[in-house]
Amino acid sequence: MRTFYLAIKYLALLLWSSFIVFPFLWALSTSFKDANAITSGATYIPWLQFEPSTQGWASLFSDGSTGINIVDPYINSAIVTISASLIAITLGTLAAYGLSRFEFRAGFIKNNDITFFFISQRIMPPIVLAIPFFLMLKTLGLLDTVYGLILVYVALLLPIAVWVMIDFFGNIPRELDELAMIDGCRPIGAFFRVILPNSIPGLVVAGMFCLIFGWNDFFFAFTLTFTKVQLLPVAIVSLNSSVTPWWSLSAFALISVAPLVLIAFLVENFLSKGSLAGAIR
Amino acid sequence: MYRDKYFFLLPGLVVLIAIIIFPLLFTIRVSFSSWDVFQPGLDYIGGRNFARVFEDTRFWESLLRLSVLSVSSVLLQYVIGFALALAVWREIRFRRFFRVLFLVPMMTTPVVMSVIWRTIFHESLGPANDILQAIGLGTVPWLSTGTAAFISVLIVEVWQWTPFMFLLLLAGLVSLPREPYLAAAIDGAGPIRTFLQVTFPLMAPITIGAIIIRLIEASKIMETVYVMTSGGPGTATETSSYYIYIRGLRDFQIGYSAALSLTYLVIMIVSLTIIAKVLARMLLPREG
Repeated sequence: MRTFYLAIKYLALLLWSSFIVFPFLWALSTSFKDANAITSGATYIPWLQFEPSTQGWASLFSDGSTGINIVDPYINSAIVTISASLIAITLGTLAAYGLSRFEFRAGFIKNNDITFFFISQRIMPPIVLAIPFFLMLKTLGLLDTVYGLILVYVALLLPIAVWVMIDFFGNIPRELDELAMIDGCRPIGAFFRVILPNSIPGLVVAGMFCLIFGWNDFFFAFTLTFTKVQLLPVAIVSLNSSVTPWWSLSAFALISVAPLVLIAFLVENFLSKGSLAGAIR
Repeated sequence: MYRDKYFFLLPGLVVLIAIIIFPLLFTIRVSFSSWDVFQPGLDYIGGRNFARVFEDTRFWESLLRLSVLSVSSVLLQYVIGFALALAVWREIRFRRFFRVLFLVPMMTTPVVMSVIWRTIFHESLGPANDILQAIGLGTVPWLSTGTAAFISVLIVEVWQWTPFMFLLLLAGLVSLPREPYLAAAIDGAGPIRTFLQVTFPLMAPITIGAIIIRLIEASKIMETVYVMTSGGPGTATETSSYYIYIRGLRDFQIGYSAALSLTYLVIMIVSLTIIAKVLARMLLPREG
């Protein structure tokens, strides 16, 4: 009976794993095809089923002739995502620490209400904000610039940073702060000298989530930039709607999702350690 | 000394209020104007936009479609995510490998993967139909008939976001106390009874939290739809966000789309609050 359960369990895990990997393997295989291999129906294994060709990958790095530019969108995406994440984590960590250690009160508004205000911003559908953002950036002259996008992404990522860090600080014993303050630190000093160095795991998780939601956003990048600045997701969607061949699309897609998948493998330990469990109770 | 506390809170709070609240107030003001591509500007036309929302069947249909799509995808994600989390919770071989593999789809860009999924669901050249044929089930017109297109979007949503559910539920399982399991083992409870009487009740708060978080994110579905079907065929996969996007940023009916998006936002907040209350009543032990 026990081995029967175990067999079912591994079978299920294997099935789900194949479902997860399938799109990646399909994209990988497609990226090495040429027009013949694509139009002859679905094939999977190079050499056996089709003759591999590297034109898909070459088209991404040949300059100009194919009209596919991956380098600029890549750099733009990296600049916007990393700067917005850093700003959001800095502001979010400070706010989360403040909310977890001190009492704020303004009329009927208390700590919990402020925390809820931060986190509840995630409920706001992007479409509700898109038009005002558009007009706001236009007024500020930041439309179609990386600065405009960074500004918007900070607002998008700040709730995530606060959410992760508030829970994290809740699990750091207050005695740690008090010890530091007995030693003569003011709260700001205690935070930077004692709390922050002990918060690396929380910061990693918050950072990971900020990177995910920043790097993967399409909608704001799509509505707030046109020609000068293009981020990766926008670049690939515009390729998708033109007549770009599947092999170039697949190679492009694989390169653009690669960095976060690699980071995921590096920080896996932090992610599944229960760091979010308390936050959603 | 306790002035210091404002140093922590204020920067973040001010930034968020500046970036979110002013646009929101602006949207409210715009929703009472007839701003469109012919007459840009803030006039005042009272509640006429909202009256129009009320009669816009295409909007209400998109809302119904969104509800079916988000509730069914979140339920699937919950069931699958919970099963996977239970499977890799205790000692098994390659545990760490499975754990990180199951998170991968969440790390990938939804629109980028949708581009790939679109080639997978291609009717004559894609592998979805190829595999179905190979196991003798015949072909499905994936993206060209309403129901099939809806199911394609559902499949992609489940692929993309089950990992998030898995992550939250696994984190919950890992942090469960050990004593109730000892007690159950002493009582001689089997795996199914242990799950029903120990694990599931202990996980109830996390279940509610995870479902609500996912429903919030699912209520915004539009990118997958935009890339895979553009809302089609017809309006078969058009979600509310996507419809508002068409009205606002394609037809440039700014005033009307502001009214649409406010209606949508209020409906989302009210229904998510109700769902959270109902789930809490169903799953949490009553106090007192």
